[in-house]
Amino acid sequence: MSSSDSDHDRDHDRDRDLTSRSAAGLAAAVRSGEVSAREVVDAHLARIEALDGSVHAFLHVTADGARARADALDAQRRSDGPESLPPLAGVPVAVKDVLCTRGVPTTCGSRILEGWLPPYDATVVARLEASGAIAVGKANMDEFAMGSSTENSAFGPTHNPWDLGRVPGGSSGGSAAAVAAGFAPLALGTDTGGSIRQPAALCGVVGVKPTYGRVSRYGVVAFASSLDQVGPFARTVEDAALLLEAVWGHDPADSTSIPTPCEPILPGLERGVAGLRVGVVRELTEVDGIQPEVSAALEQAVKLLEQAGATLDSVSVPSAIYGLPAYYLIAPAEASSNLARFDGIRYGLRVVPGEPGSANAAAMNGATRHAGFGAEVKRRIMLGTYALSAGYYDAYYGQAQRVRTLIIRDFDRAYEHFDVLLSPTTPTTAFPLGDKVDDPLAMYLSDVCTIPTNLAGAAAMSIPAGLDGSGLPIGVQVLAPGLGEAVMFRVARALELGFGFAARARPGGPA
Amino acid sequence: MTPPEPSTPSTPSAPTTPSETDAPDTIEVGLDGHADGWELVVGLEVHVELATATKLFCGCANEFGQEPNTNVCPVCLGLPGALPVLNELVVEYALRVGEAFHFDVPAQSVFARKNYFYPDMPKNFQTSQYDEPICLGGHLDVDGVRITITRAHMEEDTGKTTHVGGGGRIHDADFSLVDYNRAGVPLLEIVSEPDIRSSEQAKAYASELRATLEAIGVSDVKMEEGSMRVDANVSVRRRGSDGFGTRTETKNVNSIRSLGRAIEYERARQIEVLEAGGRVVQETRHWNENDGQTHSMRSKEEAYDYRYFPEPDLVPVAPTPEMRAAVRAAMPELPAARRDRLVAAWAITERDAAALLGTPGLADYAEAAVSALEALEALEALAVDGARGGSPRDIVNWVNGEIAGHLNETGSSPAALSLAPAALAELVGLVAAGTISRNQAKDVLGEALADGRRPARIVTDRGLAQVSDESSLGSVIDGILAANADAVAEYRAGDDKARKKKRGFFMGEAMKALAGQGNPQVLNRLLDEKLEGNG
Repeated sequence: MSSSDSDHDRDHDRDRDLTSRSAAGLAAAVRSGEVSAREVVDAHLARIEALDGSVHAFLHVTADGARARADALDAQRRSDGPESLPPLAGVPVAVKDVLCTRGVPTTCGSRILEGWLPPYDATVVARLEASGAIAVGKANMDEFAMGSSTENSAFGPTHNPWDLGRVPGGSSGGSAAAVAAGFAPLALGTDTGGSIRQPAALCGVVGVKPTYGRVSRYGVVAFASSLDQVGPFARTVEDAALLLEAVWGHDPADSTSIPTPCEPILPGLERGVAGLRVGVVRELTEVDGIQPEVSAALEQAVKLLEQAGATLDSVSVPSAIYGLPAYYLIAPAEASSNLARFDGIRYGLRVVPGEPGSANAAAMNGATRHAGFGAEVKRRIMLGTYALSAGYYDAYYGQAQRVRTLIIRDFDRAYEHFDVLLSPTTPTTAFPLGDKVDDPLAMYLSDVCTIPTNLAGAAAMSIPAGLDGSGLPIGVQVLAPGLGEAVMFRVARALELGFGFAARARPGGPA
Repeated sequence: MTPPEPSTPSTPSAPTTPSETDAPDTIEVGLDGHADGWELVVGLEVHVELATATKLFCGCANEFGQEPNTNVCPVCLGLPGALPVLNELVVEYALRVGEAFHFDVPAQSVFARKNYFYPDMPKNFQTSQYDEPICLGGHLDVDGVRITITRAHMEEDTGKTTHVGGGGRIHDADFSLVDYNRAGVPLLEIVSEPDIRSSEQAKAYASELRATLEAIGVSDVKMEEGSMRVDANVSVRRRGSDGFGTRTETKNVNSIRSLGRAIEYERARQIEVLEAGGRVVQETRHWNENDGQTHSMRSKEEAYDYRYFPEPDLVPVAPTPEMRAAVRAAMPELPAARRDRLVAAWAITERDAAALLGTPGLADYAEAAVSALEALEALEALAVDGARGGSPRDIVNWVNGEIAGHLNETGSSPAALSLAPAALAELVGLVAAGTISRNQAKDVLGEALADGRRPARIVTDRGLAQVSDESSLGSVIDGILAANADAVAEYRAGDDKARKKKRGFFMGEAMKALAGQGNPQVLNRLLDEKLEGNG
């Protein structure tokens, strides 16, 4: 493309600049005409092309679609003027592969959906498009969002851009890594037990799990319906708010969607935390095996908020420690039912066993599920099937739902005294690939701090809080009551300012 | 072509009976071959397809008989990511059913997932209701006996599987095709207690249930098309015993009549098994209309564990007081009240009224015809010499006679008849006016049913109109009497027997002269006058 080395270097610098900018900055630049949407998209696609071979954040890059969309926005700007552009016009975004995209492969990281082209867009995907954001690809994930490292993807793991030998977290590891690596300033993920916040922490980006019902689940391939929630990844708190505001709000196609209007986040983002009461959740801070640097980062967060004028105190949410076991009954129970539809009859993989013509539907069904699902998915289907079985329902699923009620009650009590709560996002920084693959329980424990929020149906987000001794990002978690996104973001913004964390990962060395 | 497979699920709370009655020491056998020492126990599970414009959880059309897989969308196909949204009209219909059968409708009811694998069920779970259904504890009075209805709950229908090749049954088919047009169609499952003690009572219950559902406008209630499906839980026990025998569930019963036959067959079969010292196996059985028998649907009974749990994609259903009040205020007349009204207003028998209500659409048809008749007579009353006299009873006689017979033969429905209610009224008017005789009217009716021509038109086309005009009939009779003076003399001289014979002769000659179209009543009167009068 370039006719000389200096041109090439200039292009390269230009691309590096564009892929470092925030979503807000890119949207402003496109609107002002400083850059075209096409240039922005090309810069990100070039970076993906150059580096995703080593990160593997994407399962499918939609380069042609993204360029066409960018050209259309540029044409719109020329014909109808900059004011006609929607708020996120020209901003690249990575979309977790659990979200249905019309005519674009949607696998959920599973062999069983290989080759399936959804005939419809998820509501959030449609709203993303309406906001002007441009989907550049489908992000890798643990199969059906079951996992905390993205190693359960049937198509190979994603590598943490900060250290390619380590996991990016999961299940939305591809989305988190894409944002950390500069493949897109924004990404959508889903969070069922921490699947946005934990990878956000491990990749040094902002990750938000909104209130259950605040973002539509229509077109989100279900893992655990009563816990799943879509949310944004970004490198800045403001960008996360921009993306959340672009996709949230009532959707009549989702019966669990909350009809009340959303309190906007951005207008109050810089209001500070003076006078806010912040509780540090004892049960989520004193977890077994917590890395000292993670505890230190939380201490630092407490100090920063106090300095900014908030009142800090310790608070107990006694039932929070039962969140993990309750979660591992409720989520698999719902999953066992949600994943029953993958039977080889209507779409996706079909494996016909035995001689041609000899198989019946049940045998085909069994062979398809045997070949199509990975080990962790099978483990959870079996766990959930067992938990719902006659004679065990009350002891397992029923008991877990009672624990859930207790957790909701305990959080409600805490929020009588505090505006938001604080905890680590995850007990440790990113662990090496393969480290916990053979120890599911150890893997499950990386979500111990995030799970209670899902069970409570409330909101929480992870904010980068510096690096540990190995140069790996640490996250702190801000928890808010249901529909408390605005105050939660204010606290997150204060922490962002305090920590001054603006670093971006450099996968594969200086790029 | 499409044998029903166990895809229409049965309720979890079906009347179930753990203990099996011990075989008796002695057996009394009645004349009909049934042992008198046994009592029949029946509970009915009725699945009703609700006649909403759209499906239960999506906007797809709820229509019967479309091209396969045309009324489908991501939701009713259970595509990954799709979510259900409850059709409010289904709740309204369920509330109507709640009113009609005196159910308790709790403040909230909850959808639940019933998990099992079957190819015609897109999600491999059925969204149904389990321990918190919308209707609880209703009843229906049938011939003075109160049958308790345990519950009614909302659920989605499954798709339809067609097995192709071999014998058309699942086991020897070459392949199977699935049509998901029916998937997600709203159903209401209405489950009775095992309160029914005879096949006649079962038929009466099903019939009254059907008439009630029809009256409140929630379903087509067509058993032949499957919009009302009745499964019979049948067991027998020794008379005087408190416990229940082991029950079987019989499916594929496609008419009220078949219901009676299937229950009778099952009763005889179970008694025979028990009397031979065997045990009744709790199983699902398939009624075969052709051989008049029930057949085991599964070689061995599988123990299903449906792993019910509350549907997390839907919120509890909580009808507002306003919605309940609106439904209550809009409740139409129910069959029992309608029967009473028709008996009183039309001077017909209870039996006639029951017959009208026993076939979907028949009472509506009769009422429309009576209205048309009244309108017709009001018009004719304005005309000089307007003939009057057609009555609602005449309408009912035709409807319960020839028309019901025609419906039975053809399997058609009243609404689909080519003879409109107004046309029937016209026919009754023609008979009442003496234009045609009742015998001629039967022929006219037959033709009208066959080709849809109006009765008056048929009468004209065939030249059927009776000659009732007194002067023309009088001159015909005068001519006959003049030409047969001997016979007239014999008549006048003869005894009663001879007179009757001669009278028959004169009548026959007159009819011959009139090509059979003379009005018999008028002819008779004129004959009397002329033979007796001017002696």
